[in-house]
Amino acid sequence: MLTFAVRRLILAVPTLLFISFVIFMLLQLAPGDPMAQVPLTVPPEVKEKMRQALGVGEPPLVQYWKWLVQVFWIEPKVFIDYLTNSSTLLGWLPDTQLYQNELRVISWQTRSPVMDIVIQRIPQTLWVVGMAYVVGILIALPIGIYSAYRQYSVFDQSGTFITMIGFSIPPFFTGPLLIVIFSVQLGWFPSIYDTTHVVNDWASLKYQLQQMILPVMVLALQTTAQISRYMRASMLDNLNQDYVRTARAKGLSEAVVVTVHVLRNSMIPVITVIALNVPSIFGGAIITENVFKVNGIGQLLITALFANDLPMVMTLTFIFAVLIVLFNLIADILYGLLDPRIRYD
Amino acid sequence: MTEPVQATPTPIEALADKGPLEPPRSQWKDVWDQFRKHKGAMFGGGFLLFITLAVLLGPYLWQVDAQKLDIRNKDLRPIWTALWDAGAKTAWSRPFGTDQLGRDQLAQIIQGGRTSMAVGWAAMILSLIIGTTVGVMAGFVRKADGLLMRLTDLFLSLPILPLLLVAVTLFRQPLREAFGPEGGMFVLIVGIIAITSWMPTARIVRGDILALKEREFILAARSIGTTPFRIVQRHLLPNVLSPIMVSATLGLATAIITESALSFLGVGFPSDFPTWGKMLADAVQRMQQFPERVYLPGIAISLTVLSVNYLGDGLRDALDPRIRGR
Repeated sequence: MLTFAVRRLILAVPTLLFISFVIFMLLQLAPGDPMAQVPLTVPPEVKEKMRQALGVGEPPLVQYWKWLVQVFWIEPKVFIDYLTNSSTLLGWLPDTQLYQNELRVISWQTRSPVMDIVIQRIPQTLWVVGMAYVVGILIALPIGIYSAYRQYSVFDQSGTFITMIGFSIPPFFTGPLLIVIFSVQLGWFPSIYDTTHVVNDWASLKYQLQQMILPVMVLALQTTAQISRYMRASMLDNLNQDYVRTARAKGLSEAVVVTVHVLRNSMIPVITVIALNVPSIFGGAIITENVFKVNGIGQLLITALFANDLPMVMTLTFIFAVLIVLFNLIADILYGLLDPRIRYD
Repeated sequence: MTEPVQATPTPIEALADKGPLEPPRSQWKDVWDQFRKHKGAMFGGGFLLFITLAVLLGPYLWQVDAQKLDIRNKDLRPIWTALWDAGAKTAWSRPFGTDQLGRDQLAQIIQGGRTSMAVGWAAMILSLIIGTTVGVMAGFVRKADGLLMRLTDLFLSLPILPLLLVAVTLFRQPLREAFGPEGGMFVLIVGIIAITSWMPTARIVRGDILALKEREFILAARSIGTTPFRIVQRHLLPNVLSPIMVSATLGLATAIITESALSFLGVGFPSDFPTWGKMLADAVQRMQQFPERVYLPGIAISLTVLSVNYLGDGLRDALDPRIRGR
């Protein structure tokens, strides 16, 4: 198991390098010029110097190498410095001072390090997306279990229909629909997610929960639809097995049979699906963040794209790729750990 | 020597068939019978047929130009608003109302549906062709297997939506110059959706081909000198048709949703060219006054995708011989 994990980890490195190379070369083809907004009165040789300062003048391979060094060598140094210097968790360690003012990945829009902006934006995305995922799973599991236990009942049929709808209605439609119903007609929740809102007492906590409900509902609908389908199918596979009959024949109560025997075995594929779906949830959050004006990393990606801010786009897309590779790895390892029948070596 | 056998032996009375024999049943008749039992799939297939015909024949039946600006009749509400709001601005000549520039909403829905369906079908077919080719190559040619499956894994770990956004914003300009504003965008969106969605098909087809090519009928075909190309064409492809058809329906649904999502984020077709996603995105700004402009295209997208998903569900049941006949 350990050798498998290590092998997969090592294999992930060339995969990520290749993906980053593909994204970088794609961005090299971009027709946009970062100097397009500079006034025409600026002489061409000055423009050339400005271009050099942004690091655009070099050949693509040199630029790619420099980006790699910045992301994998300089940014970790900054991060370790931050950890040992000002974080509460590891602040007791001596200050490392690894970062010696080398050039970090700089955004063309704001002229500040890309990673600083990403760190600012990630909590909003994590709060909304992470909360939605947890809520979705918590709703989906009981639905899946019960509709498998009472297969073809009214509950199961309507559950199937609702999950089909959850699959089919895109988030950019449910978002505006929920806004019209809940914030325009009923006036219960705000339609825009206010990220400057500070929680310091019960009233502000209540407001925070209110503004989170709509985006969480939109994202959770999709999660619920997928996970409850998997849960139902997996439960159905196990409910007809011989060991279930044995458990009933022993005189165990139905609750024990379903929740202990069947559920534990059915959770194995469902947990890997939950792990596999995490990156796609982040991808889907791009649209939801746009609808509810959450300034998370999805919204950051879109604004950076429209502003032709290539270093930002490059780094963000790479972060998404890292998430996918990482969670694929986690799913594979979890599957091996949970199911003793799976042997990887 | 025995008695010479009669030329036409008389059949035994008790064993004779009562009526004429049923004609032999074909596989596709079985599939159709199973498919008919799935109510959702029948409804889904029917609705898909209806919406396809509506967008194909619609412009001939409803001959209003979707692009025509009619500023005097702007912001008309749909005709059914008159049921509860007698003072609303409605007109029988504009049954779905008009938008802020006076463009007819019904004509726009039909026009937008044409684009969305065209993108969906084209992207689905292209992605099926890529996926099937890669899957057949990987399953049939042992040397290519490792390389092609590594490639599939790589594509599966690409972040699809961010990459789609990147590619569309980057290549919009050169393709527009090459194919015109609408044609360029069509080529770009179809190509990009196809390139990023062929992987599941390739995996399924490869798995099936790997199992099929060890079977006796392939050995028999090979022993009579059938060329590998003919084996693939005559013996392998018809046998992997059912998984391909199921992934085709899923592909159509995702392609329609992806196109609408791109239009919604503002990186789709040009602004005067209606698609369902674009109509929805444009209407979000004023959805308090004119909610129907959001929900009409939204319902069109959702119902189409819902019917395609139900169709896929029914096809999966009908094409699976283990479920069929139960």
